[in-house]
Amino acid sequence: MILARLDASRMAECRRTLASMNGLPGTANPRNALLPFAQFERLHFARLLVIDDQTLDDVTLYGLPRREEPVYLALLGDVDGDVPTFLRDLAQRAESGLRTIFSYCAGFSAAEDLLGWMSAHEVSARTNYTNWVGRTVGNVREEAALADAILEYLQRTPSLAQSPARDVHTAVRAFVAEELRAGRLTLTPPAPTPLSWWLRNVVNLIGVPLLLLLFAIPLAIVALAALVRIRSLERTDPELCPRVGAERVALLSVLEDHDVMNPFSAIGSLKPGIVRLATAAFVLWLVDYTTRHIYNRGRLARVHTIHFARWVLLDQGRRLLFCSNYDGSLDSYMDDFINKVAFGLNLVFSNGIGYPATQWLVAGGAKDEQKFKNFLRRHQLPTDVWYNANPGLTAVDLERNGRIRDGLQAELDESGARAWVALL
Amino acid sequence: MNPVAARSVDFSDVQGLVRFGYVHLTEGCYYLLRVSDAARARSWLRGAPVADAVERKPSPSEAMQIAFTATGLLALGVPPDVVAAFSAEFVGGMSGDESRSRRLGDVGANAPANWRWGGAGAVPHLTVMLFAQPGGLAALEARCTAEWAGAFEILGRLDTSNLGGVEQFGFTDGVSQPALDWNRQRDPAGDQLGYSNVVALGEFLLGYPNEYGKYTERPLLDDTAAAAELAPAEDVPAKRDLGCNGTYVVLRQLRQDVRGFWQFAARHSGGDATQAVTLAANFVGRTQDGAPLVAGGATTIPGIGPKPADIALNGFTFDDDPDGVRCPKGAHVRRSNPRNADLPRPPANVLAQLIATLGLGPHRFGEDLTSSTRFHRLLRRGREYGPGLPAVDALQPAPPDDAERGLQFVCVGANIGRQFEFLQNAWLMSTKFDGLSGESDPLMGNRQPIPGCPVAAGFSMPREGTVQRRFDDLPQFVTVLGGAYFFMPGLRALRYIAGASV
Repeated sequence: MILARLDASRMAECRRTLASMNGLPGTANPRNALLPFAQFERLHFARLLVIDDQTLDDVTLYGLPRREEPVYLALLGDVDGDVPTFLRDLAQRAESGLRTIFSYCAGFSAAEDLLGWMSAHEVSARTNYTNWVGRTVGNVREEAALADAILEYLQRTPSLAQSPARDVHTAVRAFVAEELRAGRLTLTPPAPTPLSWWLRNVVNLIGVPLLLLLFAIPLAIVALAALVRIRSLERTDPELCPRVGAERVALLSVLEDHDVMNPFSAIGSLKPGIVRLATAAFVLWLVDYTTRHIYNRGRLARVHTIHFARWVLLDQGRRLLFCSNYDGSLDSYMDDFINKVAFGLNLVFSNGIGYPATQWLVAGGAKDEQKFKNFLRRHQLPTDVWYNANPGLTAVDLERNGRIRDGLQAELDESGARAWVALL
Repeated sequence: MNPVAARSVDFSDVQGLVRFGYVHLTEGCYYLLRVSDAARARSWLRGAPVADAVERKPSPSEAMQIAFTATGLLALGVPPDVVAAFSAEFVGGMSGDESRSRRLGDVGANAPANWRWGGAGAVPHLTVMLFAQPGGLAALEARCTAEWAGAFEILGRLDTSNLGGVEQFGFTDGVSQPALDWNRQRDPAGDQLGYSNVVALGEFLLGYPNEYGKYTERPLLDDTAAAAELAPAEDVPAKRDLGCNGTYVVLRQLRQDVRGFWQFAARHSGGDATQAVTLAANFVGRTQDGAPLVAGGATTIPGIGPKPADIALNGFTFDDDPDGVRCPKGAHVRRSNPRNADLPRPPANVLAQLIATLGLGPHRFGEDLTSSTRFHRLLRRGREYGPGLPAVDALQPAPPDDAERGLQFVCVGANIGRQFEFLQNAWLMSTKFDGLSGESDPLMGNRQPIPGCPVAAGFSMPREGTVQRRFDDLPQFVTVLGGAYFFMPGLRALRYIAGASV
């Protein structure tokens, strides 16, 4: 994520420039002149947004003076492989457009070294979530083409319509093998995991529990004290979840539901005090561990609809930015939050000012449906430009296509063939 | 919530439609009115004989129900800040903005620009629903229209017809309805591990706790003289509850292409009538007489039974048919009510429940993709319109003067966004419901392509042990001709509205 202060006097102009990149409201034209996203084959999703926090007054609930936090321009992308290489690529192939976009940022001059400036403004997320770690844009496209080709093959081969699953499997395998030979389909073998990434991951896998174990006793004491303190704070922390005005909702919803998925961006201030900041940071650190090692195969706890998500602490931990790409409309997304992972949402977001009251960090909170929905809408930011490399494909579609591909690798027994054929 | 402290429902304050379908009142029509003289309108409303929900023997020979749109409340002089405190969906209106229309699938042929009523400039202020025993409607209508002359301008009159409990495609209508927890015994807190047909009263009436145990947002007024007659809000006793015993009504006029429906089924069945009926049943998810495609007869579902017919027709879930081999996942009744609970499978113990909650347990592909049903139930009160057309006759080409037929869809609920709109968006119109792809509701779908999904006109019928049968050319069978969101007040709230001063 590239994050830079916006020259506040040029915000409207900046937004107009961003809007010029779109084909539909909020949805990028993939080949727009400024940043032709489609040229970047490692890019799953990207967004550009002006972070203009409408909730800066919230700190006054705690008797603190309103603080003029900066308005930022942010560029986010979810990419395969390492970020420095991607940034280099970006700076090379879209230099003039990026210069136009970043020209709205304070202190960005025409003479700026673009790559150096972007690298200097890179901000890393506390927590990243990837629906399926290791699945590249190339995989997604090849597997979607594979699934389409198989469907089409089945449609024009009525003799297979009633055949036993194993026969179908054999016939499709033969068909796909022929298509691959003829070059009409491609299935690139997975690239080897980069050694450095693998090493870092293993160190994290072992290191985090080791660290927790090593400091188990002091940590437990601190955690217990923090929890007791938080429970007492929970009794007095004010809620701030009024319904959002129709105009603001219209401004947000006009950008939504042009595809089967949507971006979500939101920002809010953390509750004052070190306990809340430490809790948020600790929880985000733990969640990051689970998304690296546990929730990396198609679902985040019980939620199947999130492709990528990230949580970023801004302004020395005073504010938290949350950005995600999800399937369906906002109402079903919020429904998942409330009915499937309320505890997880509460753990993180109850450290934010105005969140519906929780008990012991996990109970309550999002379960207060209407307040929670108001809270989310209130903190939501319009995503000015959103790019999706694979419109129309949900995370479940991607998983299905991957399973179809996997099932082609070998002969299957009867039950395996039945399960595989059911995917088609 | 402590059920002991809960007050019991005053049926004399609830409009009858929430409790009754008035099936014995086989004649009915819905007037769509605009206020032309607010003072006369209020005066008529004060005396209007609106039927309440008290059970009477013998049952009444006629009934009137009244509900208002947001613009209607304003036209009658309800203060704007009071109107603004109703739900955002109601205040915005069904056709109020394109983003809502997009979510509802009201695009293409369904777009409000094409509507007969309910679109820009043609939003009714109120609907007066009239029901009567056979032969009685004309007199009731004559009486009402004479009485309200000068008060309202008639924007439209939606006719209904009695097809003996069968909807226009030829299937038994209204088989499954939620059981309202009128006695307020339900405790919805915590995970509900099994499908229940009993739903918290607050899902269908404002002023009571909903399935989250919370009171749905509605206008709570200061205790002034104007509001003195309203009940105190149960959750905020110092305030008067304008919503109490009221609810929202979604009304949509849906034209059904009955000929197109049966001709499609026949075309894809090689002209075999039995196969065509089977295919049509797969679209619906029930046979024409209402029997579910998965085995019914389960007696353990709360709120179903004790009548054997109810158990036979509604004593089922889709738990034993995860792949949709018996009832396609995309079938209309399965989309409209997936009959699931809060967790994908009932856990054996607390530990298993924790593991399931964290999403850590064993997982099969395609499991746990739909939302828990209990937060998304509809209470349907619609009626057919136009003459019926038997399936056999539907195969004939339409005569030049073919009558229009369809459904005056009515559903009642306390949260339009979470109930009607969610169902319409995430379950019926979605081309991605429950892991499906490229297909929307076989009956209701608008078949509009979306970016990346050129095909939205599909339908898949999984078959045991072999490739699913797949269609990719379903025409649009149902077209929206009009619609609006209404607030159906309790009777005390109705008197408040009628007494509202400009």
